[in-house]
Amino acid sequence: MKHLISAGDLSRDEALLILDTAEELARVSGRSIKKLPTLRGRTVVNLFFEDSTRTRISFEAAAKRLSADVINFSAKGSSVSKGESLKDTALTLEAMGADAVVIRHGASGAPHRLANWVRGSVLNAGDGTHEHPTQALLDAFSMRQRLGRLEGLKVAIVGDILHSRVARSNVLLLSTLGAEVTLVAPPTLLPVSVERWPCQVSYDLDAVLPKADVVMMLRVQLERMNAAYFPSAREYSRRYGLDRDRFAKLHDDAIVMHPGPMNRGMEISAEVADSPRSTIVEQVGNGVTVRMAALYLLIGGENQ
Amino acid sequence: MLEGPDIHRALTRIAHEILERTRGASDVVLLGIPTRGATLAHRLAERVAQFEGVKVPVGSIDITMYRDDLRLGPARPLGKTDVPAGGIDGKTVVLVDDVLFSGRTVRAALDALGDIGRPKAVQLATLVDRGHRELPIRADYVGKNLPTAKSEKVKVLLSEIDGRDAVELLKNEPEGAGK
Repeated sequence: MKHLISAGDLSRDEALLILDTAEELARVSGRSIKKLPTLRGRTVVNLFFEDSTRTRISFEAAAKRLSADVINFSAKGSSVSKGESLKDTALTLEAMGADAVVIRHGASGAPHRLANWVRGSVLNAGDGTHEHPTQALLDAFSMRQRLGRLEGLKVAIVGDILHSRVARSNVLLLSTLGAEVTLVAPPTLLPVSVERWPCQVSYDLDAVLPKADVVMMLRVQLERMNAAYFPSAREYSRRYGLDRDRFAKLHDDAIVMHPGPMNRGMEISAEVADSPRSTIVEQVGNGVTVRMAALYLLIGGENQ
Repeated sequence: MLEGPDIHRALTRIAHEILERTRGASDVVLLGIPTRGATLAHRLAERVAQFEGVKVPVGSIDITMYRDDLRLGPARPLGKTDVPAGGIDGKTVVLVDDVLFSGRTVRAALDALGDIGRPKAVQLATLVDRGHRELPIRADYVGKNLPTAKSEKVKVLLSEIDGRDAVELLKNEPEGAGK
């Protein structure tokens, strides 16, 4: 593993190695000294062209817990707003000697381009509507932690699949790890190529819920919507929102996930989001350990 | 070099020595360095319990993230760290490893311990001491001193992991092949 750009690039063994490593690293978060000396003297650059709270903070905490030096870069207030290209920004980072570049970009494929321009490892922290592999890894980690396995798990991913990089990365990773994924969305919020994805598709949430072990609710990405994908927020919520009545249809061990940020009352009711069977808060904590594992496995060894 | 009964006797002696040196092992925590050190720590704990009925907390401490040679190879998978519930603050920690060689593993283990707590004292037990130290480190309890050439390789086999107990000396391994 040199880069982490797509969840689809990971073999089953590589994905499990990341999850197992994260499981060991999770113990570090429980200690009074939450730091390991492993990446001392290495530099990790967080390159964020799009807004992010969770992912950016999570990557920063992960790198710092491994003693790496962290340089944060956000497009606002940088030379990008003066018109600097991605390539010139990359060359600047290269000159600073970045061992790893964590990139979030609005354009699908930006991390892939970046990987050709820098010597360090590139970690995709979300590119357009394409992929978000570390989110998929932390979701898989959270599922395994709660339910004890991934093989044969029935996972329903519900909502705005069309604009969701989380959905794509999850489908690719979970199918590699042997889980059965069903995407649930109105037809307008499914990408055209979805029949080629390794998963099932349904338009009917109520039919899928009783069989699901995991229900992952996605945010309706209003900021990416340039057309009318559904008649009204209220109608969307009635048909695809996870409220108390739908929650009651799940079997007793099933869990509810959400990658955040949530629109409470839209895709998920506050009551469900705060229930003990929701993993939403622990997903954030798991994000740090999974990203520590990814950073360690990518740049902890020899320089390639 | 060593057969099953030799290993058995060596561990029995080390267990007695631990009891003697720590006056009954009342404040002792045994921490093995994975993989085989952890197995040995459990065997020592069994013996201590058998001889004097003292239940010694036993666990393991992985040192991978503290190694000084991480950059000399690809990233390694991590071993298990399992610190007993009582922690190590104020305790006498006995580190247990299978082979003592350069001393670098023990150096890393001391760093790792420092991040977990502040033991009263740290001691070191090893099944085989093969010499060639590169750091000022020595063992408090040694199963067997084994004179070796630096190019040789010492392999410890334990029945829990390898199906049988033995210590083998492999000759003329390439330089730097490790333990």
